[in-house]
Amino acid sequence: MITKRIIPCLDVRDGRVVKGVNFEGLRDVSSPVELAKFYSNCGADELVFYDITASSDGRKLFTEILTETAKEVFIPLTVGGGINTVADFDRVLKCGADKVSVNSGAIKNPQLINEAAKLYGDQCVVLSVDVKRVDGVFRVFAKGGRENTGMEAIEWIKRCVENGAGEVVVNSIDTDGVKQGFDLSMLDAVCNAVNVPVIASGGAGKIDDFITLFKTLPKVDAGLAASIFHFGEVKISDLKEQMAKNNIPTRNSGF
Amino acid sequence: MVAIVDYGVGNLFSLKSSFAAIGVDVKITADPEVLKNADGIVLPGVGAFEDAAKKLRNSGLDKVLTQLAAEGKHILGICLGMQLLFEKSYEYGEHKGLGLIKGSVKPIKDVIPSELKIPHIGWNGLIYKKKSPLFSYINDGDCVYFVHSFYATDCENSVIAVSEYGAELTAAVQNKNVFGCQFHPEKSGKVGLNILKAFAEMKENEI
Repeated sequence: MITKRIIPCLDVRDGRVVKGVNFEGLRDVSSPVELAKFYSNCGADELVFYDITASSDGRKLFTEILTETAKEVFIPLTVGGGINTVADFDRVLKCGADKVSVNSGAIKNPQLINEAAKLYGDQCVVLSVDVKRVDGVFRVFAKGGRENTGMEAIEWIKRCVENGAGEVVVNSIDTDGVKQGFDLSMLDAVCNAVNVPVIASGGAGKIDDFITLFKTLPKVDAGLAASIFHFGEVKISDLKEQMAKNNIPTRNSGF
Repeated sequence: MVAIVDYGVGNLFSLKSSFAAIGVDVKITADPEVLKNADGIVLPGVGAFEDAAKKLRNSGLDKVLTQLAAEGKHILGICLGMQLLFEKSYEYGEHKGLGLIKGSVKPIKDVIPSELKIPHIGWNGLIYKKKSPLFSYINDGDCVYFVHSFYATDCENSVIAVSEYGAELTAAVQNKNVFGCQFHPEKSGKVGLNILKAFAEMKENEI
């Protein structure tokens, strides 16, 4: 039985992990390599490294940290942030990333997904999409959630999957940072539209939010969160224990 | 020393790092002499079967591996590397493999319910079918990380573990000194490292 994945997300800027509430007011949390090792040892099923660096020096530092992490952490690593070209895919895959997530890069150039999927396979290409309701319609937002692209989100996601995106991370801007649970209605709409793994992001505040997610939407494959893991509000080992108690398939030994 | 076959397929960074993490000396090589002197050989691979099989043939490494397998050298194929050990694959056509293990490679979609997603991606539990030295340090039920759309079949005699995904999919195989994992041990946490450790430590007389 395939297990539901629990994925901590590490936003990295200038070599350090940060996490913002509703994408603003970033706070320094910890060393990416140490945090990655810690999570791997507690049973995280995968890690997402998100590069929010703006400078080229910061980008160089990011790839160094990624390399160092991949030398010591042996679970799947997904990298996102600053992925605009196939050369960016190549840059992070060489450092030990297994999957690459694209967001704004695909909005600017929708062919990017297609090109990357042909070169590295669908399983390597993850579409990350920031979605917010505007007048009752799911809209795709760009630039870290600041800019409304005007695109309808479900159509955009379907198009990207047809082009070769092998997984979709749905980040609800409406629930992100609010800690009142995942955006179940948004996720349900996405799950009904595509047949690739869907990763829920935005809104988890406690263990029950993950249990509700997987119980309500059995089609969701994974839950992603950041600050609640970084600040110890939710311990991954406790979360997995509760998932097992609730008969949600989970990897809860052999870390 | 464990040799990782370098034939231009896939990223070997994690595999190399995994062996380093368990203290095993490793060489990434296409040199037949180095392969010959290795205690064990790992055949990695991601991507398309046809392309990978061609690369093995064009480099002459297919003959080297077949010869060394016959001499009793321990070989471990991983993911597409495992699929290449079989006689043939039906991935977009029909293509010849190394034939070190009897059986063929077919699309998962033909044997699982249509509502299940393809590829089979994520952590899934191993269900042992046979005792194998590859499992010396792990337990029945341990989870490992899979990413694949094709699976090995018609190979009942060599299946040592399966995983349940709408059907029992071949997860690991052994034919005497030739082993294969459909999953990625280098991405399967401690369980995966323990599989690589068991492979690296195997002595000829154990099999």
